[in-house]
Amino acid sequence: MGPIMKFQVVVLAGGMSKKLFPLVSKDVPKALLPVGNRPVLSYVLELLEANNLKDLIVVVAGEDAAVRVGGWITEAYDGRLHVEVAAVSEDIGTADALRAVLHRLVVDDVLVVSGDIVSDVPLGAIAAAHRRKRAVLTAMLCSSPSASTAEAISSTGKDKAKKPSPIDIVGLDTSHQHLLFLASGTQVDKDVKIRRSLIRVVDQMEIHMDLMDAHLYAFNRAILQEVLELCQGIKSIKQDLVPYLVRSQSKFGAIASGDTQTEAVGKTPNKDDSGQPQTPMQDIVPLPQHILPGVLHPASLELTCCVYIASEGKYCSRVNSIQTYGDINRDVAGELVFLTGYTVSNQNNVIHPTAEIGSKTTVGPQCMVGDGSKLGDKCSVKKSIVGRHCRIGSNVKIINSVVMNHVTVEDGCLIQGSVICSNVHLQERANLKDCQVGAGYIITANSEHKAEALSKREKS
Amino acid sequence: METRRGARMVIDPKVRQVGFVTPGSELGRPAAPEPPGAAAPVPVVANSPSPVIIPLLLIPDTSSLRTTPLPVPSPPSRRVVAAPPADDSMPLGSYNPSDAILGSSQGSSERTGNNDKHGSAPTDSLADMSLSNASTLAIRLEGLNVTNDGISNVLSTSTVRSAVAAAPTSVEHAFQTSSGQGIIGSVPAVSVDMAAAANPQAGIDPRPMPLKDRTSKAERRAIQEAQRAAKAAAKGVGTDIAAIADGNVANEVKSSKPSSQKKGLSEKKPAVFSDKKPVVSSDKKPVVSSDKKSAEKASEKDKRKDIPAPRMQFDDEQRVAKAKRRSLIEQTEAKNRVELFRHLPQFLHGTQLPSLESKFFHEDPLHPHPSVFQVGLQYLTREIVGGNARCIAMLMAFRDMINDYSTPMEKTLVRDLTAKINSHVSFLITCRPISISMGNAIKFLKTRIASLPVTVSEFEAKHSLILEIDRFIQEKIVFADNEIVKHAVTKIRDGDVLLTHGSSCVVEMILVRAFELGKKFQVVVIDSRPRLEGKGLLRRLLGKGLHCTYTHINAASYAMQGVTRVFLGAASVLSNGTVYSRVGTACVAMVAHALGVPVMICCETYKFHERVQLDSICSNELGDPDALVEVHGRKDVYSLRGWADSKHLHVLNLMYDATPADYVSMIITELGMVPPTSVPVILREYRKVPYVM
Repeated sequence: MGPIMKFQVVVLAGGMSKKLFPLVSKDVPKALLPVGNRPVLSYVLELLEANNLKDLIVVVAGEDAAVRVGGWITEAYDGRLHVEVAAVSEDIGTADALRAVLHRLVVDDVLVVSGDIVSDVPLGAIAAAHRRKRAVLTAMLCSSPSASTAEAISSTGKDKAKKPSPIDIVGLDTSHQHLLFLASGTQVDKDVKIRRSLIRVVDQMEIHMDLMDAHLYAFNRAILQEVLELCQGIKSIKQDLVPYLVRSQSKFGAIASGDTQTEAVGKTPNKDDSGQPQTPMQDIVPLPQHILPGVLHPASLELTCCVYIASEGKYCSRVNSIQTYGDINRDVAGELVFLTGYTVSNQNNVIHPTAEIGSKTTVGPQCMVGDGSKLGDKCSVKKSIVGRHCRIGSNVKIINSVVMNHVTVEDGCLIQGSVICSNVHLQERANLKDCQVGAGYIITANSEHKAEALSKREKS
Repeated sequence: METRRGARMVIDPKVRQVGFVTPGSELGRPAAPEPPGAAAPVPVVANSPSPVIIPLLLIPDTSSLRTTPLPVPSPPSRRVVAAPPADDSMPLGSYNPSDAILGSSQGSSERTGNNDKHGSAPTDSLADMSLSNASTLAIRLEGLNVTNDGISNVLSTSTVRSAVAAAPTSVEHAFQTSSGQGIIGSVPAVSVDMAAAANPQAGIDPRPMPLKDRTSKAERRAIQEAQRAAKAAAKGVGTDIAAIADGNVANEVKSSKPSSQKKGLSEKKPAVFSDKKPVVSSDKKPVVSSDKKSAEKASEKDKRKDIPAPRMQFDDEQRVAKAKRRSLIEQTEAKNRVELFRHLPQFLHGTQLPSLESKFFHEDPLHPHPSVFQVGLQYLTREIVGGNARCIAMLMAFRDMINDYSTPMEKTLVRDLTAKINSHVSFLITCRPISISMGNAIKFLKTRIASLPVTVSEFEAKHSLILEIDRFIQEKIVFADNEIVKHAVTKIRDGDVLLTHGSSCVVEMILVRAFELGKKFQVVVIDSRPRLEGKGLLRRLLGKGLHCTYTHINAASYAMQGVTRVFLGAASVLSNGTVYSRVGTACVAMVAHALGVPVMICCETYKFHERVQLDSICSNELGDPDALVEVHGRKDVYSLRGWADSKHLHVLNLMYDATPADYVSMIITELGMVPPTSVPVILREYRKVPYVM
């Protein structure tokens, strides 16, 4: 049985992420970063599994990371998914990573998914939109969370936000189906330049700032291969490949005459037109192309880039910064708890049955406590996630934070808005606010940290 | 309804009044105007009577109906309506002469002369056969029992005759001999008889039924089917039976007599088989039942073979539920459907796409081939519209499917592939009802599959099918369009003002071609809400540099002044010359006709269909009613918003309408320019040696 509906899936799981320093380390590649006590990658894999996509290629940057990710996948999904893990060298772009697995792609279309998406969008809808438009590229857009929280960030002060999360500038046609322009906010300095020829072709374009590219794309395999082979300069999917395809689309134009096919992207490969009726006579008036783009004349397939805009009720977010990491953790513990598959207690929180909770300790709603964790007396956990096998003393307050596995927190600590990685030791009465603590770090007693990134390497 | 008809009659007295007409209005015009052209070109070949004749027999029947005091006249009048569409359940696009015979209720005098090979000749002789000849009949039967149809006809006739003659012994004798040697051959005959016997009853049954106000659609359907089976049985039998089988039970004497005949026959026959005693009946009941069983089975089979499944009637709840279970798409039926159009499928728009999308990756036995799925999606979202485009897209998808096809173990390619095509077609139908042209193409493909030799290998079979599909597209669509353009361009002269409606790809090709040839003319594009397809055409024409005028259909009468030619596309042309096309076409054609502007319909012959349709009610497609409610870019037009909540409002968005042949001056096909009356000729002459074989 071949791939279903002629789609193959590539998951770009990434390796080390600079943006997520110090959460991500050699031991914990980005794909395995726990979100709601489960690795980020599991959300993607389960989304794919729910959509019956079981043959996956997972690309991981870095050999070590690949081994770890591969090990975890075989352990967790043995028999459920058929996953090939491919390792690529670190420090290469996403397009390069895709290029590395290009030879394994054989069927019509490829779904490229970033490994750090937490979402419940129906993938079938994206694939269907891609297919029915015969698009070269279909990008999923979701309403950008940064649009709503942007003011909140700026108001809470510059020290907290490392960078406002990049805003994508998206140009759509009036029907909200075609992608006409895409630039990520980080690339744009001041002005957005849009070529006049584009406007001439499409008449109207809507510029959206409230949409975010979710890094979930469907590509036409043949064109993807050709582009990646021809243009070695393309490094990143988001920054190079997608804008390139979008630009070349407007050269052809959905409406403009599609005869200029000597473009670099140009010629769509004439796949299997062996039996294609060839018109023997010269004076044949070809059927107007608009009636059947690409059916009668597969060689003249127009390059169209489409979008699928996730509907309002759907969640889609990426773990690509500390900020979003915290947000997503809170969301997962809260309203998205169904994604994790945990059963929710009456108090609207998830406490593993093997977790021990001391007397007079309160675990508020929208919290998670992993298995084997011990909480001492008179603790308070609010809007936080506590990982597995943590030992937490008494009189500890954990608010708005993520505490990963095997963390030891001694009595009287106060943790606010922070991320504590695995194996961290917090000595008595440590006070953390808006900090990120790397794995294995030891915080001395009575110390107070505010908006700092603490990690072992830094210390040594 | 009545007033509308009346109005139309005022405008154009030539219109045949067959549709929703009371018998009274019919009475005044006994000889329904049969266009002479229909019969003229091919007068002799009565084998496939030109469908225009059909109303001829119906009208006397209705008049007789009117004279007989029937308790409730509604069912017969309904019958009149239903009789012509009886044809439409024929296999789409097939041209089967025997079916055509079934469809018509012609007199035997015309038919038996040179009817089909096996059926009629014996019948003819039987008619005059004396009882002493019965034994020779039996011998004849033996000779004939190879052909099921033929034998059935013969047997039924003979038995009927014998019953009338009331001299059963010799006949019985004949049967003994025949049943002894040719019993296998005679089984179908029995079955047909049973069906025939059952049917007049079914035909009579509705008389008490109308007492409960109205028959449901399902019941009417059942009756109609039964009658059709009766026709099948009566094929080749004399006029009287055919007329009865036609369902016109008006004349009480007439109706009761043959039915009693048949009843006698059905009872008698087992008797003949079992106890060899003349007629009388008491100890034969069990035999009847056992015989009946086999007979029923056979008749079922026969029915299935002869009569393809009728089109789905969407007011038949059971069937709809059944179809839903089998369908991949979950669809919610729309509420507030317009009463007259309840039999057409209508689903809440917007519910189908998400359900289909969610199924995209799911493995499901119902899951179609990816290409077919894609085409289905494109139909659903109206990404592919237009008869040619849809047909080509479907064929290309089937081509892909055949390409990827491999015969499963223990199955034969012919059967399995046909079943597969069927399931894919029903998937496409759930996405959007298929057009007549697509039906023709499917029919073509299936005949090709069925006619594959058994010995051919899978690879060769696939290859040949793919070639056939390519050939069909090439010959029937691409080349045909070119020919149409060539013909049509000759009709465009300098200084012409051409008018078109909507967006037809052939018409567009014609206009562009004429422009390229340097003809100087103007184009008036008439458009209509809600799809506003004319805008696309207008844009493309303007892009080419043509001089255009654009207006909406409500200005048709004004825009028509000064127009010298009207070019229109068609979804289908039916054998009575009716043009079935995008809604609005009829209106444009009527205005043109009233102002004396010639109306040219451009249509490839693969879109022709032998169905006869007099209105646009029986078969049509319903669009999204919301499309009428919302006006794009007009936020101030909101009075209809939330209409679905109102019980008193039904919004009807029809997709097609039927233009009567009288409004059509000429149909431009790839075979030349023909008057609408010649459509049956094309159907008959060019389908006989179809793209098949």
